[in-house]
This record gives sequence, C-alpha cells and structure tokens, in this order.
Amino acid sequence: MEPVESLFRRESGRMVAALTRVFGVHNLLLVEDVVQDAFCRAMEVWKFRGMPENPSAWLMAVAKNRALDVLRRERTARTFAPELTRLLESEWTLAPILDEQFGPDAIKDDVLRLMFSCCAPGIAEDSQVALVLHMLCGFSVDEVAGAFVASHAAMEKRLTRAKKVLTQSAQLFDIADATEFSRRLPVVQRALYLLFNEGYHGASSEFAVRAELCREAIRLAALLHAHPLGSTPGTDALAALMCLNAGRLPARTDSAGDLLALADQDRTKWDRTLIDEGERLLQQSARGPELSAYHVEAAIAWVHANAACATDTEWSKIVKLYDMLMAIRPSPVVALNRAIAVAQVEGPESGLKAIEAIENRDRLAKYPFFPAALGELELRAGRPSSARQHFQEALRLARNPAERRFLQQREIACAH
Amino acid sequence: MSEFIFLYRGSSRPTSPQDAQALMQKWMTWLQDLAKRGHIKDQGQPLDPVGKVVSGKQQTVTDGPFAEAKDLVGGYSLILAKDLDEAAALSKDCPIFDRGGSVEVRPVMKM
Repeated sequence: MEPVESLFRRESGRMVAALTRVFGVHNLLLVEDVVQDAFCRAMEVWKFRGMPENPSAWLMAVAKNRALDVLRRERTARTFAPELTRLLESEWTLAPILDEQFGPDAIKDDVLRLMFSCCAPGIAEDSQVALVLHMLCGFSVDEVAGAFVASHAAMEKRLTRAKKVLTQSAQLFDIADATEFSRRLPVVQRALYLLFNEGYHGASSEFAVRAELCREAIRLAALLHAHPLGSTPGTDALAALMCLNAGRLPARTDSAGDLLALADQDRTKWDRTLIDEGERLLQQSARGPELSAYHVEAAIAWVHANAACATDTEWSKIVKLYDMLMAIRPSPVVALNRAIAVAQVEGPESGLKAIEAIENRDRLAKYPFFPAALGELELRAGRPSSARQHFQEALRLARNPAERRFLQQREIACAH
Repeated sequence: MSEFIFLYRGSSRPTSPQDAQALMQKWMTWLQDLAKRGHIKDQGQPLDPVGKVVSGKQQTVTDGPFAEAKDLVGGYSLILAKDLDEAAALSKDCPIFDRGGSVEVRPVMKM
C-alpha cells in the first residue's frame, strides 16, 4: 500500500503533524521551514551515501534535532504549543518530551489531531480536503491544484485562507475529548470521502495522481479507524467503500491510460487483497443500528466487485441499494447512477424515463457523464443519431484528455 | 585512467517532498550509472552550507556563507576518466543542470 516513491510525501505529513504539536498551530510557517530543511538535508546526504536502512526514523531524527535547536534558540522570542509550554521551558524536560513527542505512537495521534483541526467548522468543505492533502499528504500547492484541476493562484488563495483559520485557532483539536471527537467525526469522514472520490471520479487525467489520492484517503481512513473513538461502524463502512472501489481501480484505464467502460474492463486486474479487506470491513460495519450512506455505497461497490462480468452483475440489487441511498442522501448524481442501473434491469427506455424524472437535473449541466449516459441509452435504444448529439454535448464538457478520448470513441461507435 | 574532481555548485531547493524525492533518485541513478561504468573512485560527500573562512597572516576567522548560494559548493565526487574531455562529458547528465547548478571539473594534478 505504501510504495517507496511516496516515502517523502508520507513522511512530510508525519513531520508536519509532530512539529505542529510541539511548536503550536500558530507557528505553521516555522513548521514548514523545518520540514523543508529536513528534506533538503536528506536529499543531499542520501544522494551521495544512499538511503539509510530506516529512512523514516532518519528524517524524524533530523526534524527532532532541528526542533530542539529552534526551541532553545527562540524560547524567549516566541511562544510554542500552549499545552506543552511548561515542559518545553525547562532543560530538564525539553529533550525527554521531544523524544516522547517524536515516538511512533505519539505521531499517529498528532496526525489525527491535525486531521481533525483541518476539518474545523470555519473552513469550507472543499478547502478542508485541499488542506488535508497539503498538510497531511505532503502535496505542494501546485500538486494540490493539479489534483483538483484548479489554477495555482486559485488553490493558493484557498489554502492560504484555510491555513489562516487553522493558525488562528488557539490550539490543535483535542482528540481526548470524546464528545467533541464524536461531533467532528462525520466532518472528518466526509473530507476523507471527498478526497477518495476526487481520486476515483475526479477531473485529473493523470492515473498516478488519482491512484495516489485514493491511496492517501485509504491510509488516513485506516489511521482514523485505528483510534478507539474513530472506529465506528460508519468509519468501517467508509474504509470498506474505499477498499472495494480502489480494488477495481487498476482496471479502469487501459495500457495507454485511457478510460474503459465498465463492460470493457479486464477484471483479472482487480486487486483482490484490497477487495477482500473491503469485504471484511463491510461485514464489520454491520455491528450496530447505524446505516449511513457509506454503508450503502460500500454495498454497491461490493455487488460490483463480486460480479464475474458486467452482465453477471446483480443489477436489481444495485437498483434497490440506490433507492436506499436516495432515501439517505439524495443527489442528482446518485439518481443518475440509479437510472443507469434501472436501464440494465428494465432496458434503455426505462432508464431514459428514470433520467427524465431526476429532480434538480440542471445541477448535472456541467457533468460530462450526464449527456454521456443519455447517449449510451439512446444508442442502446437504437437511435444512433440522437445518441451522437448527446456524446457531442458530453465532449464539450470533458474535463481532461482521457475523458475526451473516451467520449470520442463513444461518438464514433454511433456511426456503426 | 586519471583522477578528476567534480565540484557541484549551486542548486535550487526542492519545491515539494515529491520533488525532493524525485531529484534525489535522479542523482542516485546518475552516480550509480557512473560507478557501473567504472568512473567513480569515490562517490564523495555533501557539504553543509555553513562554515568559517580563516585568512591572512592574522588568521582572521569569518563566518560563511562565502559566496552567493548559486556559487556555493554543495558536494564533490572523485572521478576516473581518460582525459579532461572525457571527464567533462561524464558530467553532462548530472541532474544539477535541471536546477540551474553547475559542475566544475578539475584534474587532480599528477606528479
């Protein structure tokens, strides 16, 4: 799950979290400086001497030593983490407290603290996700902008605003406060869900970026899941839906990186280990009365993951699950997916009728897969010229070259 | 084979963790490739960008930095090559050039 090519990114999140805990959230700039320093040092030394046996411990040690320097040098000029102030002031406790703070278990808690702090009510939902990606997953502003297909300037503005809210909060979120933890948990779950979705359905055309986003969302969800207060049936279900969907990710594009329709995907490419893990989590999520949207989405992904081919899929089960999802969390996108499932069970005309009946359809006006779905069903209903017009409309809305190539292929299919 | 020193000068800071890692891997690949082809006598060492300069009869000690960041030596390697031209050619794929840095190639003086 954690390939060596994302080592620096992963370690960045851990270092930022540990340093923020010690320096205090108001010293975020200082934290970022120290982290950048540690990476420069690692890069310079490792390029000559090779990677050490435990690169993660090496980086943490560099960050810890730099933190010690900064704390000693700036003790009188700055205030640091308010809840640690007294321990950081005395030479008797300074080094031991840092050793403790940079230990592996403490860092896991630090990451959670920062994750919950990034999801503060004063930060807009889409900024929370960007902030998590930036702070905890080590994405630069440019890389976050790339992941969300936003301009550098727009993303910088969004992140600066979010960071300002974060640095102005008196201190990091207190994960030991059970009441506050439970209150903010749904917001954190939602942010991780959006992060995963950006990777799975998002507009970025680069497969590597998408897979990385999904991987990061799974990693953070696992961390949330490992905390006693975070391990709720809702988190089980969230982690399950991520694993069950990500397991199918390797088959979504062909060798050239082009998108494949569900029916054309090579199901032998699925990651069975992930799918099995998802199945285990889904079973575990049924341990209470809670039935969240994550439960239903995980169940839908599970039905897909258990079909040997697209025509073998139990579409009537999927329609029922979408009906449940519409009851819990209705949205035009959910309704569109439901309509596609209806078409699989009852034929294209029923599917078209179901699309016709979608409330707030205008909210899908910019979603390329809305006209594409119409095109698909018109084509199956034997009306290629109408289908073609829909695909042309979808092409106008395509968000990246991969979508464009996919839709062009569908448009060409209408000519036969 | 004669010995040469590569002095690596200047290089901009990485823009992100991913960038730092990619750059490091490029360096490692480049040095490993030179070693495989028998051109490395000593991979060398990175140098910390701090230090002191001791100068003059009075042995005055001053703090670094000694030059602009772009001129600062960030590390060195000891290279084996047939002649200066070959040594210079060996430096051509050094990742430092992607970042506006330079390689100074100097023959080790023979007896």
